[in-house]
Amino acid sequence: MNHLKWHNPERVEKMFDALDNRILLLDGAMGTMIQGEKLDEEDFRGERFADHEDDLKGNNDLLTLTRPDLIKKIHKDFMAVGCDLVETNTFNANRISQADYSLEEVSEEINFEAAKIAREACDEIEAETPDRPRFVVGTIGPTNQTASISPDVSSPGYRKVTFDDLVGTYTEAVRGLLDGGADLLMVETIFDTLNAKAAIFAIEEEFDRRGERWPVLISGTITDASGRTLSGQTPEAFYYSVRHASPTGVGFNCALGADQLKKHIEDLSRVAECLVTAHPNAGLPNEFGEYDQSPEEMAEIVKTYAEDGLVNIIGGCCGTTPAHLEAIGKAIEPFQPRKPKERKAA
Amino acid sequence: MSQRQEQIRYTRLSGLEPLTITPDLGFVNVGERTNVTGSAKFKRLIAEDRYDEAVEVALQQVENGAQVIDVNMDEGLLDSEEAMTTFLNLIMAEPDIARVPVMVDSSKWSVIEAGLKCLQGKGIVNSISLKEGEEQFLEQARKIKRYGAAVIVMAFDETGQADNAERMVECLSRAHDLLTEKVGFPPEDIIFDPNIFPVATGMEEHNNYSMEFIEATKELKKRFPDCHVSGGVSNMSFSFRGNNPVREAMHSVFLYHAMQAGMDMGIVNAGQLAVYDDIDPELREMVEDVVLNRRDDATERLLDAADKYKGEGQRQEKDEAWREKSVAERLKYSLVKGIDKYVVEDTEEARQNFDTSLEVIEGPLMDGMNYVGDLFGAGKMFLPQVVKSARVMKKAVAHLIPYLEAEKKVGEKKGKVLMATVKGDVHDIGKNIVGVVLACNGFDVHDLGVMVPADKILDEAEKEDVDIIGLSGLITPSLDEMVTVAEAMKKRGMNLPLLIGGATTSRAHTALKIDPQYDAPVCWVKDASRSVDVVRKLASKVNRDEYAKMIADDYEDYRERAANKKKRKPLISIEKARENAFEFDWSKYTPEKPLKPGINVIEDWPLEDLVDVIDWTPFFQTWELAGRYPDILEDEVVGEAATNLFNDAKEMLKKIVEEKWLQPKAVCALVPANRDGDDILLYTDESREEVLERMVCLRQQADKPSANLCLADFVAPADSGVADWAGMFAVTTGHGIEEAKKKLPENDDYSGIMLQSLADRLAEALAEALHAKVRRELWGYADDEDLTNQDLVKEKYRGIRPAPGYPACPDHSEKEKIFRLLDAPGRIGLELTESFAMHPAAAVSGYYFGHPDSKYFVVGKLGRDQVEDYARRKDISLEQAEKFLRPNLDY
Repeated sequence: MNHLKWHNPERVEKMFDALDNRILLLDGAMGTMIQGEKLDEEDFRGERFADHEDDLKGNNDLLTLTRPDLIKKIHKDFMAVGCDLVETNTFNANRISQADYSLEEVSEEINFEAAKIAREACDEIEAETPDRPRFVVGTIGPTNQTASISPDVSSPGYRKVTFDDLVGTYTEAVRGLLDGGADLLMVETIFDTLNAKAAIFAIEEEFDRRGERWPVLISGTITDASGRTLSGQTPEAFYYSVRHASPTGVGFNCALGADQLKKHIEDLSRVAECLVTAHPNAGLPNEFGEYDQSPEEMAEIVKTYAEDGLVNIIGGCCGTTPAHLEAIGKAIEPFQPRKPKERKAA
Repeated sequence: MSQRQEQIRYTRLSGLEPLTITPDLGFVNVGERTNVTGSAKFKRLIAEDRYDEAVEVALQQVENGAQVIDVNMDEGLLDSEEAMTTFLNLIMAEPDIARVPVMVDSSKWSVIEAGLKCLQGKGIVNSISLKEGEEQFLEQARKIKRYGAAVIVMAFDETGQADNAERMVECLSRAHDLLTEKVGFPPEDIIFDPNIFPVATGMEEHNNYSMEFIEATKELKKRFPDCHVSGGVSNMSFSFRGNNPVREAMHSVFLYHAMQAGMDMGIVNAGQLAVYDDIDPELREMVEDVVLNRRDDATERLLDAADKYKGEGQRQEKDEAWREKSVAERLKYSLVKGIDKYVVEDTEEARQNFDTSLEVIEGPLMDGMNYVGDLFGAGKMFLPQVVKSARVMKKAVAHLIPYLEAEKKVGEKKGKVLMATVKGDVHDIGKNIVGVVLACNGFDVHDLGVMVPADKILDEAEKEDVDIIGLSGLITPSLDEMVTVAEAMKKRGMNLPLLIGGATTSRAHTALKIDPQYDAPVCWVKDASRSVDVVRKLASKVNRDEYAKMIADDYEDYRERAANKKKRKPLISIEKARENAFEFDWSKYTPEKPLKPGINVIEDWPLEDLVDVIDWTPFFQTWELAGRYPDILEDEVVGEAATNLFNDAKEMLKKIVEEKWLQPKAVCALVPANRDGDDILLYTDESREEVLERMVCLRQQADKPSANLCLADFVAPADSGVADWAGMFAVTTGHGIEEAKKKLPENDDYSGIMLQSLADRLAEALAEALHAKVRRELWGYADDEDLTNQDLVKEKYRGIRPAPGYPACPDHSEKEKIFRLLDAPGRIGLELTESFAMHPAAAVSGYYFGHPDSKYFVVGKLGRDQVEDYARRKDISLEQAEKFLRPNLDY
């Protein structure tokens, strides 16, 4: 329970209205779309970072600043096939991840600009189809460090990053996303729940400072055949560990294809009092690390999520293109969203 | 479910696994031994920095049934915040402990906060109270909610600690209302601790403490059914310190009654709880008198009798049956369970059983780790457990290192290997194993750890002057990162060999994506066991180039093959394929006229000449030994077998040559030829008026940027006016083989197969030798050719000799035309069976093309359109054509 008011009650209501009536479509893989552009080092650098000392190729988040046109186009491409929610290009836009490129100082700016670009894209599309509101999801990635696992096998008690480091890092990201105009926040691809708990902590502190709140989605990652997160939690344990955030929705994304992920979404759907989200990969990667599940194949499986009443928001992670989302959108259309469990008053 | 139950909001806690407190759970045991204020032993371990053993205490608690473990570091001489952090981080790395939720226990807020920052699961704070007033209470409660934990509230307020039921209930009810109303704390996350005080202290006013607790519990559960009641049970028996049997009986009796009142959680010594019914009835009655405050002399009676029960305490028993098994089984058990307690002694025992320490690593230890790998792959173990296994492995290896050092003949290092898990990836188990194995084999291993950016890897490599770089990764994005590292190495002009390893890496990815980015050797290492051989070769100045070349060739081959089968786009139509045929300006080309056109027959080709041109690699493949000649002879796995086989082969070959067991025969023809569409017309003479035969060829239909090839493309079109030539040949070394077999010892299958396989190699050698003779003498377009055997094997000459039934012309039935035109049966005694197999079997037949751009290719899949057209051209039914081309049909 949070006593703060919604930042924009009107838009939140619009979103909940839509969620009452149908399964909303989240977008697909920003990374895959960027890869498809075959950009080179110069594209990533742009004019602004032309003389930057580190290689910048692969820093997809930086394209927010150097190729905003491209990022906006990708957002629009996803909305053109019916996506209701678009994720900001900010998966690694945090001080810890950006340190790999010595770009710590622009991480907040990336978050701000990314939310702004997504906001513009949404507003433009929404103006064309006013009956269908579009929402900006401010994406908060896991960073590339784990707070629960020692990177040094012989010293299990060692931690390369602390809770406080993470809270500081996430605070910047959250500030940028909210200032830039995100409608909601999503902590996603959580491989270590302690990282996510730090993100939740940062988000709530920021809400307190602003005296208002935004809807929050939380999405974990089941990394392998053990059916656990990288840091070892079962889906149910994961949910209990983040439930205190009173999230609008909780779910899983990445690492697995829709086929392998379903079982874990079922586990979550069974216990979650809030909405359930899922954005699986386009199958499992082949030996080149590419995702080759076709839109039709993926939609066929995702359809069963809807049929079984497991989800409220569905989208795609690695390897999913607008074609995938279009096929998924069609496949789920006939089905009703999951009815969240009522939490009975005591 | 009753209405009542439905309304209950279950408490949902978590470690790695969930703990939902439902009524069926009855009572939640919270382990108390990891508490410096309650356990002298634990306090000593922490004070002396013996964290390994302290972790063991936590494990025992969980193994003994603790569903939550209480951790308390409140000791004046300790830096409690640091001790809390250190200990929690350590137990978080122990999946068998971390699976349960943690209760962070301290009277200092800063210590509680430090603890909460280490918990990925939902734990419990023990405790907060109204002692310092509402403001602080609310502030701490808000923080606890934000950290995501449940909370124990102690019955303590501004006026002091509550010691009777009425005050307990009053104080805790007030706390409950503040928490739910002011903080929005979920009621199910509130746990009351009404205070358990010592009884039987000899002070009369203490006698009713247990009853006060029980009464308060009843009332609290009635008022707040969603909340829980807990307490530190050991406290009540404080006066019987040193007499565990009596203490255990007191705890058991107290819990029995408190639980009936609604106490559903308690901090207990999970290994030492007597079963209520098992307590000596006499003792139980005396204890019950004390707990329930039933008689005035209860304390005296228990004190008098207490000594009688001393020393009969419950013994902790742990299943140690696995210690009875063989040393290999024990090591495996330790690795799988991540138990490091016995690993050193077991490793030592194993060491004494083996000749060298290395065998212990490569034998039982690696067997155990492989088993761990299998379990992980099957989802039966998860990462933190595997990490623990790796740690046990490391401890075992550490024990062996001094012995390994001593066993090494010379102390110097064989080479320096830098290893790193690439940026974005935290997995390093495989890398660590490789590191250990390499170090054990005398290499100097420089390990940069995990998540290492490309630049850092390369900077270190240059700084440390290493010989080889090894990259590891488990998740798929690491594949791209490895490509980035390879590119960066090229950019820096580096020349170090690059090794690739890790679960998602593959020969395919290495060959197709990484190898092309870097000019120096790149090598995929399948697993740790292969790493030594690879590193040994690449670190050796002598072997490096040869070995690197072999790998490079292998990858090149792979790329070629992959190009043909990779993610096929739909075939293009045969018309489109023909539009994309091989292009060549025939007006600027004059094919050489053969020096000896027509048919040439060569009988009794000297066998000794053929021996020198044998390509040995396929010979070993026949014998199912994988590897390339000559490296295969040195191969760690099959080297010995290959060498023995090779020696036997050479011995038999000597006899074949000296005693002329086989009679090589060859026939070839060079005839005027021109292309007609996808056919090759062979003419009776140079007037090119009468067609002798129409050779029907197939064209590639894959959708690809390069030309869609057809063998006919290498012959000048009829309408170009260019007088071109083509050839055909048939050779055999199979004559005499039946007679030769009779000379072999009877029932000696080995020699029989050896003879056949050598005859096959000689037939190939004859085909190669004849081709050379055609190029240099009979056709004569390459009279200046000077090639080594290696070059021959690699087909580095002008012109090709494709054989029907092979990838460029997959239809075996076309052999019929070759045999008829050459009269192979009549001239060299080589027959064709109904199914177009050659007899004797040691034979090769095919075409010759002399065009400078002619090359081998794979026709690949064929569309129905081409097959229909092919049947028409060949004048056979579609069914027959489909039968001949079955493996190539795309429909």
